[in-house]
Amino acid sequence: MNSENVIVRLNEVEKEFDGVKVVKKLSLDIKEGEFLTLLGPSGCGKTTTLRMIAGFSEATSGEIMLEGVDVSGLKPNERNVNTVFQNYALFPHMNVEDNIAFGLVEKKVPKAEIKERVSEMIKLVQLEGLEKRKPAQMSGGQKQRVAIARALINKPRVLLLDEPLGALDLKLRKQMQLELKHLQQKLGITFVYVTHDQEEALTMSDRIAVMHEGVMEQIGTPDEVYNHPKTKFVASFVGESNILESYVRSVDGDLLHIDLEAGKAALHAKGFGVEEMIYICVRPENVKLSETPVEHFSIRGKVIEHIFAGSVVKTEVELLTGQILKVASHPNDDHVEVGKRVYVHWRPKDAIIVHTVEEQIYNVIEQTTEKLYKEMEGVDEGED
Amino acid sequence: MKAKIKNSLPPLAMIGPSVVWLVLFLVLPLLLVVGISVLKRNGYGGVEFIPSIEAYKSLLSTDYLKVFGSSFLLSIETTVICLVVGYPFAYIIANSSEKIKPFLVLLLMLPFWINSMIRIYGWNTLLRSSGIVNHLLISLGVIKIPIEMLYTDGAVLLGMVYDLLPFTVLPIYTSIEKLDPSLIEAAKDLYCNKRHVFTRVILPLTMPGVFAGSIQTFIPSLGLFYIADMMGGAKTMYIGNLIKNQFMSARNWPLGASLSIILIVITLLLMRLYGKVGSLDDMV
Ligand SMILES: Nc1ncnc2c1ncn2[C@@H]1O[C@H](COP(=O)(O)OP(=O)(O)O)[C@@H](O)[C@H]1O
Ligand SMILES: [Mg+2]
Repeated sequence: MNSENVIVRLNEVEKEFDGVKVVKKLSLDIKEGEFLTLLGPSGCGKTTTLRMIAGFSEATSGEIMLEGVDVSGLKPNERNVNTVFQNYALFPHMNVEDNIAFGLVEKKVPKAEIKERVSEMIKLVQLEGLEKRKPAQMSGGQKQRVAIARALINKPRVLLLDEPLGALDLKLRKQMQLELKHLQQKLGITFVYVTHDQEEALTMSDRIAVMHEGVMEQIGTPDEVYNHPKTKFVASFVGESNILESYVRSVDGDLLHIDLEAGKAALHAKGFGVEEMIYICVRPENVKLSETPVEHFSIRGKVIEHIFAGSVVKTEVELLTGQILKVASHPNDDHVEVGKRVYVHWRPKDAIIVHTVEEQIYNVIEQTTEKLYKEMEGVDEGED
Repeated sequence: MKAKIKNSLPPLAMIGPSVVWLVLFLVLPLLLVVGISVLKRNGYGGVEFIPSIEAYKSLLSTDYLKVFGSSFLLSIETTVICLVVGYPFAYIIANSSEKIKPFLVLLLMLPFWINSMIRIYGWNTLLRSSGIVNHLLISLGVIKIPIEMLYTDGAVLLGMVYDLLPFTVLPIYTSIEKLDPSLIEAAKDLYCNKRHVFTRVILPLTMPGVFAGSIQTFIPSLGLFYIADMMGGAKTMYIGNLIKNQFMSARNWPLGASLSIILIVITLLLMRLYGKVGSLDDMV
């Protein structure tokens, strides 16, 4: 990655509260102008990470660079970032105008310019006519707009947003997602966005960093994270998925024949050996049901129920082992009757191998040791 | 009809005792005071049953107006000093670590457990000519002869501030506690230094507490009489002492009663103001 357009760099950042690590060895480069989302379940350390970037809390170890400068020890008001808080944190004793102008007043910008920029901002976030309202007299969506305007008016290099849409109802949230995304594209400001809503992350982000218990398990574009989850957690947290445990029975080129408890299956993958245990992830929309057996597959199950959910039909299939498999299909497709036995299969390229974190760490250790051994062997040979 | 009575009995039984209590100990005494205030005095510490508004008329004399003036002045001074001392105090308690906070709040409440008159007497021992402070200063060689500290207006003010400080601190403390910490972070995020965080965010948002604290200090300060007695040697006359004297020594009950009525009216007006300010709370 070109280091010139990295605007925020986290290098092995850790945060401890009372001896408990809530952010672990987090390294992350955020590029100028990108929309980066920290995605993860509640309590995984997203807010803590954001607060360290903003300067509200100090990292226990590691370094944080803003625009190439180490900002440890710099106060929030000395950093060129602004925050949109989880609960808006609007000043209740000030009206919309005064809230938005707050930062500029503090920076001693001339009054005429403040006035101009505030009205520009109010137009940008579509709050015309509400200039004199107090926060208590506004809806959640309107308060949200004020909070965004209050941060953006300072023209920060990076805008930090902590679950800004969390308190809004679904419809408004969807609408604001698009608005925010358009706003970000229009202004070209780097957004670091925190959410626990995977759908929101997939919709809005240029890149998503998925966090789990303080560890960043994967970073990538929405497409990469959704279609190529690296870990079991990412696969199950981002989008719906079926995670299945299996062993490699035989390898045929890049086609892996695998044994599940419930039957045989196949997928495309490289670099695996016979007898190896793997977790595979198959998205519901990629699971196919048929009444006749399909080549390479022998998984059988029983259709438990169909749930009509608008644009998709969600089907649950109980495998012989008792595991429930989620299947999604188009409402116009033919659907096997409830209670009937079916064969389950998928296109070999639609199954993804995922790891648990422990396995990943283990893999890394193994690779490094192997590399070390090889180097040592090389040295030995050289000496001979 | 019978059922109706039956239904209405339990509530009556519930509010009954408190109604009796209120009538016996609030309404009747108050009526008594109002009654006395509009009767004629007799010289032996009682009243003759002849209606008269003489007492109220005499209140308009410059002497009594002066007493009102000095009382208000003392109360205002007390309230202002309590605010200046109490706000930082409340702020420190509210922002102290969770470990020592309960201890500090306890320290604040502790004086309530000891009779105020006894505590004021404690000051007496400290400040009088042969008291601990003078002793200490003399033995340290700072002064040769004892300083007259007790029985001054300053001593009265000190006693008032000492006695009423918790009433100022508690409401302010509550309002600082209620303050959303993310507002302070937002202010810092928007380039405020420490001073501006205070003047632009914390102070305006804790104004309801400041108002409540002021009124809760001002109202009782008007009626306190024993502090002026014990620490001022009753040199300057305040409303509280004046009322006490009319009943205890001057034997002018109607005058004492009318003074009490005026004090009650002033208090009620202030309470009303307090109620209005209290509703400010919802706005902020
Ligand atoms: N000030 C704090 N003191 C102690 N523990 C904290 C503090 N802030 C956060 N934590 C803990 O750190 C973990 C991560 O919290 P947070 O970053 O807020 O998670 P998220 O925003 O992803 O929901 C949680 O377990 C939380 O309890
Ligand atoms: Mg959070």
